[in-house]
Amino acid sequence: MAKLLGLRCRECGAEYELQATHVCEMCFGPLDVVFDYAAMKKRVTRERIEQGPPSMWRYRDLLPIEDSTPVVSLGEGLTPLVKADRLGAELGLRNLYLKNDSMNPTNSFKDRVVSVAISWARANGFETIACASTGNLANSVAAYAARAGLECFVFIPVDLEPAKIVSISVFDPNVVAVRGNYDEVNRLCSQLVESTPWAFCNINIRPFYAEGSKTVTFETVEQLGWKLPDEIIIPIASGCQFVRHRQAVHELMDLGLVNGDRVPKFTGAQALGCAPVYNAFHSDTPERVLPVKPDTIARSIAIGNPSDGMYVNRIALATGGVVEAVTEEEIVQGIRLLARTEGIFTETAGGVTIGVLAKLARAGRWNGDEVVVAYVTGHGLKTADVLASVDGHARRVEIEPTLKSFREKVNF
Amino acid sequence: MPQFRIPGPLRRLSDGQITVEVVATDLGAAIDALDARYPGFKDRLLDEKGELRQFVNVYLNDEDVRLGQGLKAKVTEKDEISIVPAVAGGRG
Repeated sequence: MAKLLGLRCRECGAEYELQATHVCEMCFGPLDVVFDYAAMKKRVTRERIEQGPPSMWRYRDLLPIEDSTPVVSLGEGLTPLVKADRLGAELGLRNLYLKNDSMNPTNSFKDRVVSVAISWARANGFETIACASTGNLANSVAAYAARAGLECFVFIPVDLEPAKIVSISVFDPNVVAVRGNYDEVNRLCSQLVESTPWAFCNINIRPFYAEGSKTVTFETVEQLGWKLPDEIIIPIASGCQFVRHRQAVHELMDLGLVNGDRVPKFTGAQALGCAPVYNAFHSDTPERVLPVKPDTIARSIAIGNPSDGMYVNRIALATGGVVEAVTEEEIVQGIRLLARTEGIFTETAGGVTIGVLAKLARAGRWNGDEVVVAYVTGHGLKTADVLASVDGHARRVEIEPTLKSFREKVNF
Repeated sequence: MPQFRIPGPLRRLSDGQITVEVVATDLGAAIDALDARYPGFKDRLLDEKGELRQFVNVYLNDEDVRLGQGLKAKVTEKDEISIVPAVAGGRG
């Protein structure tokens, strides 16, 4: 079944053939994949999904990869949806869930989009995979390129966290460390894309790549027993995944996979040190997102010029969600709160999400019975350095290897 | 003269030229001059209010003009003005 009809501009509706391109020639708007929903509707059922593989590829019918295309997979997706009773008790939420996407093969949400992107690129004749990245994407692209046997170029800011550089380099990609911030790396790659025969996951093959994000929401809904939550908290970088989660809910409804027509509230989380979407949300012109220079420890979401920012605010406003932001201190507190209550160690971006969740809960946003899901998108070891400088070891004591010393120094 | 760098999607307007030199002293005037030479650019770059379109990024010597003076930014002989579609990056 050919389910892909082409590409279409989200702004002006101009249509294009399926190809590695992401920008409308008419208006520069972003291009999206056009699915043949009528054909999909005849085929997709809950049972068919439930009988699929124990990975995000159980939603293959809803992804831009035809049936005949071999996928490049490391077993991404179908990550745990954890009912967070202890964190919920601290925040007054009786139905709080965490989608723990740090359990992906390279420990971040990025494996979902990269698996789709590289599968598409390999099937369409690309021999080299590339990306502009703040770390997690490069990590994932390097791993999946190794898995697929493709040449790989990753472009990263020169001052990336050491742990991220190690976990990228081990896969032996070509690492181009750019003396600039992420937005500058991204701009360079946007210009390079015209003069190289490479598939840049997050640039020219972005329409395909982005679709992989939807699987987080598909899985969440399936794991809730095919029920939509009341509200979803999502970290905002470019805003790309936020838009796809909204699309995922549309698709679940249109394809009859969920009952009811109550769309969840979509709420975004940013770090105040890089909050262009939050700034616009709270201005008179929420769809006019002005760029900022990022300065935050949440570097994996530090995009100062987010392409999908206007759509984030449109969706948040339309669904009754909000965009909230937290300080650097609140990010670290969010990391520690999640670890202390639920045994989950998340990176700074996850600290932003949990920080915003906590801030909104304490401000009285919920009465306590709502089903709230927070997307935890990356593992704490990626940004462990931010905890080294805070008092994270308050309960540590050092003793001699004797019972006497133990009894003297340890309170129990 | 200040020089524009034209991205792939807009080169049909510039007869395939990757770079175009113009005579101007600020960015707004530079866009006017570009449009006078290759009609259509102004429409693609500016909205009905005359501001840069949402999906267009313009860099003056590698600096995003929205972070500075915008269309009022001064341009000189040696400046390079890059037009880049606003894609965005992937998180992480």
